[in-house]
Amino acid sequence: MSFSHRHLLGIEALRPDEISTLLDLSDTYAERNRTRTSCTEVLAGMTQINMFFESSTRTLASFELAGKRLGAGVMNMAMQASSLKKGETLIDTALTLNAMRPDLLVVRHPHSGAVDLLSQKVDCAVLNAGDGRHEHPTQALLDALTIRRAKGRLHRLSIAICGDIAHSRVARSNIMLLGKMENRVRLVGPQTLMPSGIEDFGVEVFEDMREGLRDVDVVMMLRLQKERMDGGFIPSEREYYHRYGLDAEKLGYARDDAIVMHPGPMNRGVEIDGTLADDINRSVIQEQVEMGVAVRMAAMDLLAQSLRVRRAAQDVSVMA
Amino acid sequence: MTLLLTNARLVDPETGTVAPGALLLRNGVIAERFDTPTPDIGTDHVPQDNRRDAQGKCVAPGIVDIGVKICEPGERHKESYGSAGLAAAAGGVTTIVTRPDTAPAIDTPESLEFIRRRANEAAPVHVLPMAALTKGREGREMTEIGFLMDAGAVAFTDCDSVVRDTKVLSRAMTYARALGALIVGHPQEPNLSAGAATTSGKFASLRGLPAVSPMAERMGIDRDIALIEMTGVRYHADQITTTRALPALERAKRNGFDVTAGVSMHHLTLNEYDVADYRTFFKVKPPLRAEDDRHAVVEAVKSGLIDVIGSFHTPQDEESKRLPFEEAASGAVGLETLLPVLMRLYHSGDLDLPTLFRALSLNPARRLGLECGRLAKGAPADLVLFDPDKPLVLDRFKLLSKSKNTPFDGARLQGKVLETFVSGTSVYRSP
Repeated sequence: MSFSHRHLLGIEALRPDEISTLLDLSDTYAERNRTRTSCTEVLAGMTQINMFFESSTRTLASFELAGKRLGAGVMNMAMQASSLKKGETLIDTALTLNAMRPDLLVVRHPHSGAVDLLSQKVDCAVLNAGDGRHEHPTQALLDALTIRRAKGRLHRLSIAICGDIAHSRVARSNIMLLGKMENRVRLVGPQTLMPSGIEDFGVEVFEDMREGLRDVDVVMMLRLQKERMDGGFIPSEREYYHRYGLDAEKLGYARDDAIVMHPGPMNRGVEIDGTLADDINRSVIQEQVEMGVAVRMAAMDLLAQSLRVRRAAQDVSVMA
Repeated sequence: MTLLLTNARLVDPETGTVAPGALLLRNGVIAERFDTPTPDIGTDHVPQDNRRDAQGKCVAPGIVDIGVKICEPGERHKESYGSAGLAAAAGGVTTIVTRPDTAPAIDTPESLEFIRRRANEAAPVHVLPMAALTKGREGREMTEIGFLMDAGAVAFTDCDSVVRDTKVLSRAMTYARALGALIVGHPQEPNLSAGAATTSGKFASLRGLPAVSPMAERMGIDRDIALIEMTGVRYHADQITTTRALPALERAKRNGFDVTAGVSMHHLTLNEYDVADYRTFFKVKPPLRAEDDRHAVVEAVKSGLIDVIGSFHTPQDEESKRLPFEEAASGAVGLETLLPVLMRLYHSGDLDLPTLFRALSLNPARRLGLECGRLAKGAPADLVLFDPDKPLVLDRFKLLSKSKNTPFDGARLQGKVLETFVSGTSVYRSP
């Protein structure tokens, strides 16, 4: 197996074959989860700490469940309420936790690059559960797995990512992953929600949603965060829904077998029509949640393996 | 005190020449300048002990660095007048022009007198203070510009805290104009640049960092130039760092307004991609720009459109920098690295030595009405002796500044200060 990374900080550092390795293993875990096959031996005796500096329900639950299914001891730390309020710096928090000798550290932080910084100070494996507007690698991987299972392949597909691209780490990780696997990526949204320099990312940008969805295989919606409304990025929810909300009419421009995705949590009636989101023939939103657990199990399994290899090498050098 | 500096290559920004010569320093001034490297002066006139052989190395007017932050009062653990003075001497900087963005800000004659006293006690180089333009740098009420000038303020600036209220700024400028005071502005549209950690573009988007369009600088300079036209104030833009701001500056100069502009060493030698994996030592204000912009500002220094180069020395302790990029403090130390770093532009063929020292010494001195910055007879004997070719690998822990936040740690540079003279006296000699 070819996966020797110490941490999973972003999609940017992964090669296409490493992504495939991760997805293959995720498939195995998805089957095991469905058949309720126990795999608690994989991380038995290991400790996983979930450090969330930003509130999260589903990602935290997903990582917690993934760890528990693999047999790890899991601890959740809600960091907003904790030491940062007392003035402790991120690095000090990292060093403190490191001294408790965890094996896996799952981190979410509101600032881009913060998880990267933290990973430089600890001995254990670090998984990025989202840093600022930078990356959210496990989300991109679970999206990729969902697409691969629904479409039977993860290459030469036309995929539209719609909505608030500028503030979305999910979009960045997905653009990178889907690009690496040789798909055509389209971005759809108002110009105020597009990041600067986006034309250099190897994507096509559309302001007209109907044009953007024409003949695509996958429609990936992003969550519109309420605070963007106050920032003056869009005039109102109803105008946004009118122009960029996904409904049956706009979806009609996509291919007949196009699937609809959303990383959650959804704002029904803002970026997606409620009925469409529940349409089991088109929407794979529930499958995404299911694949999330499988992908995180696979990622932690692989990181634990390289952690064991690295520790064994250290033990040898200590003995020698 | 008499000193005869022989066998030197004189870098003269006034004539734009580099030529062999010698200088006789007496009573703090250049008493005589010779066009021969070893002038025929008897030892009865200048004793052997008072002669220094420059061994063919360069002698240039000492650097006048506008916009140095010394963290007294408030954060003396980051930098004091003592440590900054030593760092300046080691960098060939003979005049430090300090920023008032301390805690509290230098906005009263009393606080100005405090820092002048501290500077006199502790620093081996000249220190000239700038004062805040508005009280507390809050952009609401102008400071006592007249009293502050009497107390020795050479210019007025709110530094990177842009005066948002145009009415307040226009009144302060009108008042300053009547007193002949120089105002130093930070051209930036403050609402557009609020919260930005980098320049917008592909790199900012890849890293997911909050970014500002380079256009914010042009909007800032456009507004300030309109106010200059309205008030007739003497104005210096602290940093012009983008292509888009240059035509406005060029027009203002062509129209005869009393306008000059500076640029930092960082914007002349680094670009946005140097931030790489969130390296906070590369976080400066304004943020590093695209490579095209870097080229454009180098050209503007060459043509003289940008008048002044400064280090924008901004000491930050490790704690302020060891944070996620967005949260980390801005700024870099630069007093000691200014000359070796700028030698990159000399070795790359972009700027010759007289052009560099025109921007480092002559122009800033002229702008502040100082006699220094020249190698002419009668000018103050503030000089730097340096070897433009000597290679070195920069080790940040060897810097004399209390703070070690340089983006050039480990950089291979060419160019070393050998000795610095202030008023004819040697204040630093390379070990």
